[in-house]
Amino acid sequence: MSTSAASELWQLSVVEASRLLADREISSVEFTDACLDRIAAVDDRISAYITVTADAARQQAADADRRIAAGDAVPLTGVPMQIKDLLCTNGVATTCASRMLAEYVPVYDATAVARLRGQGAVLLGKGNMDEFGMGSSTENSAFFPTRNPWDTGRVPGGSSGGSAAAVAAGAAPFALGTDTGGSIRQPASFCGVTGLKPTYGRVSRYGLVAYASSLDQVGPIARDAADCALILQAIAGHDPRDATSLPDLVPDYSAALTGDISGLRLGVPREYFAEGMDDGVRAAVTAAIDQLAARGAEIREVSLPTTEYALACYYIIAPSECSANLARYDGVKYGYSYQGDGQGDVDMWEAMERTRQYGFGPEVKRRIMLGAFALSSGYYDAYYHKAQQVRTLIRQDFARVFQEVDALAAPVSPVTAFPIGDRTDDPVRMYLVDVYTLPVNMAGLPAMSVPCGFVRSGSDPGLPVGLQLIGPHLSEGRLLNIAHTYQQATEWHQQRPAL
Amino acid sequence: MPIDREQVEHIAALARIALTDAEKGAFARQLSDILDQFEVLQTLDTTGVEPTAHVAGLDTVLRDDEPADSLDAEDTLLNAPRRRADFFQVRAVLDE
Repeated sequence: MSTSAASELWQLSVVEASRLLADREISSVEFTDACLDRIAAVDDRISAYITVTADAARQQAADADRRIAAGDAVPLTGVPMQIKDLLCTNGVATTCASRMLAEYVPVYDATAVARLRGQGAVLLGKGNMDEFGMGSSTENSAFFPTRNPWDTGRVPGGSSGGSAAAVAAGAAPFALGTDTGGSIRQPASFCGVTGLKPTYGRVSRYGLVAYASSLDQVGPIARDAADCALILQAIAGHDPRDATSLPDLVPDYSAALTGDISGLRLGVPREYFAEGMDDGVRAAVTAAIDQLAARGAEIREVSLPTTEYALACYYIIAPSECSANLARYDGVKYGYSYQGDGQGDVDMWEAMERTRQYGFGPEVKRRIMLGAFALSSGYYDAYYHKAQQVRTLIRQDFARVFQEVDALAAPVSPVTAFPIGDRTDDPVRMYLVDVYTLPVNMAGLPAMSVPCGFVRSGSDPGLPVGLQLIGPHLSEGRLLNIAHTYQQATEWHQQRPAL
Repeated sequence: MPIDREQVEHIAALARIALTDAEKGAFARQLSDILDQFEVLQTLDTTGVEPTAHVAGLDTVLRDDEPADSLDAEDTLLNAPRRRADFFQVRAVLDE
């Protein structure tokens, strides 16, 4: 491969790269070098990475090339990737974008990471994010905000903002994100890339630093649905180390990409097109649904009346679980530990309270406080128990419409990427950005974000819009096929920001 | 539902987080705003509705209790802020 062509290798999709690597038309070392060069060229403008592991990446790439030469390659052997910094990586700092874990180096890999490494994927580095996954803009990173590659004055979405921005900018062929209330889909939407939140339990949470354990799920962010299928194939499946992981067999996701959706019953939930939605988002999503109809889908309007309760439900349940999960940060076993101000010894309680005061950022403290309140004596029934009951109603709502339709199509977010700093002073306004992604987590459903257009408002070439596809439990193959069919007919997912 | 500074202090004590005066004021205002958003739930009748704990309805998962290797002491203590020999060092829990 010539030098100029080699330097452009970062533009390859995972599927293309997988084939070129297997055919030995390119090497993992040159592909990895091209990605590292791309990171060096653009990351000072977007700040998608907290850690770049260049030397280790080159070593892993050389190992992958030997494996390919030995005829032992699998689809992701030699393909570089970024991992959100909420997933443990053995020997590589896993900060969760928090001062609390700024120095933390895990001694094991998360299962999803281990499975990718087992295929021979190459770790480029760790993705920036909202601290512990709590946020919608990546502005809650304790280190620095990530910038949207389409307009560096705007947020990339969150919490997996570094992952979505890296893929959009070509600074990683793919990334692993996590999604508790929209944290894969919403940044994928804001950055114009494809993201998949699998069914709760489809991918092991072992080694995923816990935020809200009944909602958290790991999934891919990549250029298109075909790439997501390969990545999900690698990470999905039962794990004895996660008791909530599902025992169901993993189907062949790439084989599900038939490009045929004729006869598919596609529901459009009217509550997801409510007032307050950006007109450009509405137009792009409506056009995408028309496109799916033209490909043979049968469109039906449906109703999910509990949609308006999901936000409140989420912001009770997620912070409640957060307050319990983050109780582990006590400054004793790992992480930041307050050692006093040098004026004599500090007692146990003060050390713990100061560790948590200085170690956590404002949004994390806000959610811990909110959760501690919702679980506290006298308020438990009115808030936490009530929310868990409403969660049942939300699940029943989805179960009912999935008797009539095979999947749902809706916007990912009512808005496109907003300016940095625009919503940081008003938590409720920030939370509303995720109003159409939260219900999916409450019900544990799989869902995708698929690029479906741009909103132009002075800034050229505009800001990406995401179409959300939602399906019943374990319908990942169906969703990937709908997205793939759409992407065969459209070119939105091939648009790249000028950086 | 309005949250005052005194309640903020109570919640912070439950959560073991020290707060500055400025943080107490900000949290009182912000938590009140957020709790206002929760009022909508009270309009839903949930009489007799079972709460959801696991979305796929998995029952308690059991496995055989077989011995297996765990992390060794060095790995376990790698990130310890304070260590003495093969132990995490903690501050005195009981008064003298």
